[in-house]
Amino acid sequence: MRPFKILLSLVFLLSAFSVQAKIESKDFPNEQMEADYTSLVAELRCLVCQNQSLSDSNAELAVDMRTKVFKMLSEGKSKAEIADFMVVRYGDFVLYRPPVKSSTFLLWFGPLIFFVIAAFIVFSFIRRQSLEKPAIDEQEQKKAHSLLDDE
Amino acid sequence: MARYGLLIGFFILIGVFALVLDRMGSGEYNPRDIPTEFIGKAAPGINVPDLYDPSKVVKVSDMQGQVWLLNVWGTWCPECWREHKYLNELSLKGIPIVGLNWRDEAVEAKKMLDRMGNPFVSIGFDPHSSVAMDWGVYGAPETFVINAQGIVVAKHAGGITPTVWAEKFAKHFQPVQPSSAQNTMKSNGTL
Repeated sequence: MRPFKILLSLVFLLSAFSVQAKIESKDFPNEQMEADYTSLVAELRCLVCQNQSLSDSNAELAVDMRTKVFKMLSEGKSKAEIADFMVVRYGDFVLYRPPVKSSTFLLWFGPLIFFVIAAFIVFSFIRRQSLEKPAIDEQEQKKAHSLLDDE
Repeated sequence: MARYGLLIGFFILIGVFALVLDRMGSGEYNPRDIPTEFIGKAAPGINVPDLYDPSKVVKVSDMQGQVWLLNVWGTWCPECWREHKYLNELSLKGIPIVGLNWRDEAVEAKKMLDRMGNPFVSIGFDPHSSVAMDWGVYGAPETFVINAQGIVVAKHAGGITPTVWAEKFAKHFQPVQPSSAQNTMKSNGTL
């Protein structure tokens, strides 16, 4: 049992390293910059593995884009300036939270529209059900009551 | 009756689903194909050293006055090897192609060109994606068409084939019409 435990803890220890190896270490001069960097790379989309953010992706372009973000922050650029820099080059697609405008209207409000339609259908269905007469008539109901009373 | 309605609705949904899937398969609505932001805008700069002559800087302004291609490639990209023969053909036909060797080893890149031929008038060497990012490149190969005024007029993500050429690029290389030639002269005059 003991060697197994040691082996298991080794596996967990090493797997922790592999997770850490994903993001290259960067030296941040202050906490504010580190926070800005972390939030930016989480909000920018990797163009290669499109369902991953820059921080998640191991793609080489993502590595270079992270480096660019870091460099621009070091130069004193604001978060908005860096996001704009990426949008100018890659379009709104690069943002995980694209701005609300006519081309992204359906993206933002589509789910709400579907919810309203679904709610309307469910509501009208329930209403119709309650308006319809009960499935059994009076006589059957009496019979049912008498059967129940017998017990 | 309501039950039939539900069934019909279900089949309509299946139909729409199949249609969209089919269109996506044939290249339309491809979610991976990100439209470029640069069509109709001035070409971004290149400004990195030439692969063969690091003392020389490859510049967009060197190409002014002609319609040209910027082809992003790397030896690590299989599709780039595939399209290379066709780039050679285009170059023989007199189409000026500037290469951008992206995220590559200079030695490997030169080896590939020795073997396959060199269709490029000059090649920017971009190992850290600085130019690639400025052009909004997200994969290789990618090819841009830039007109005589330095405006990006077309882009294709993926290998260039005779079909792609005919459908997307050829029209930009048509001999200049007299009226547009005049416009060109006018805009050059004001510059």
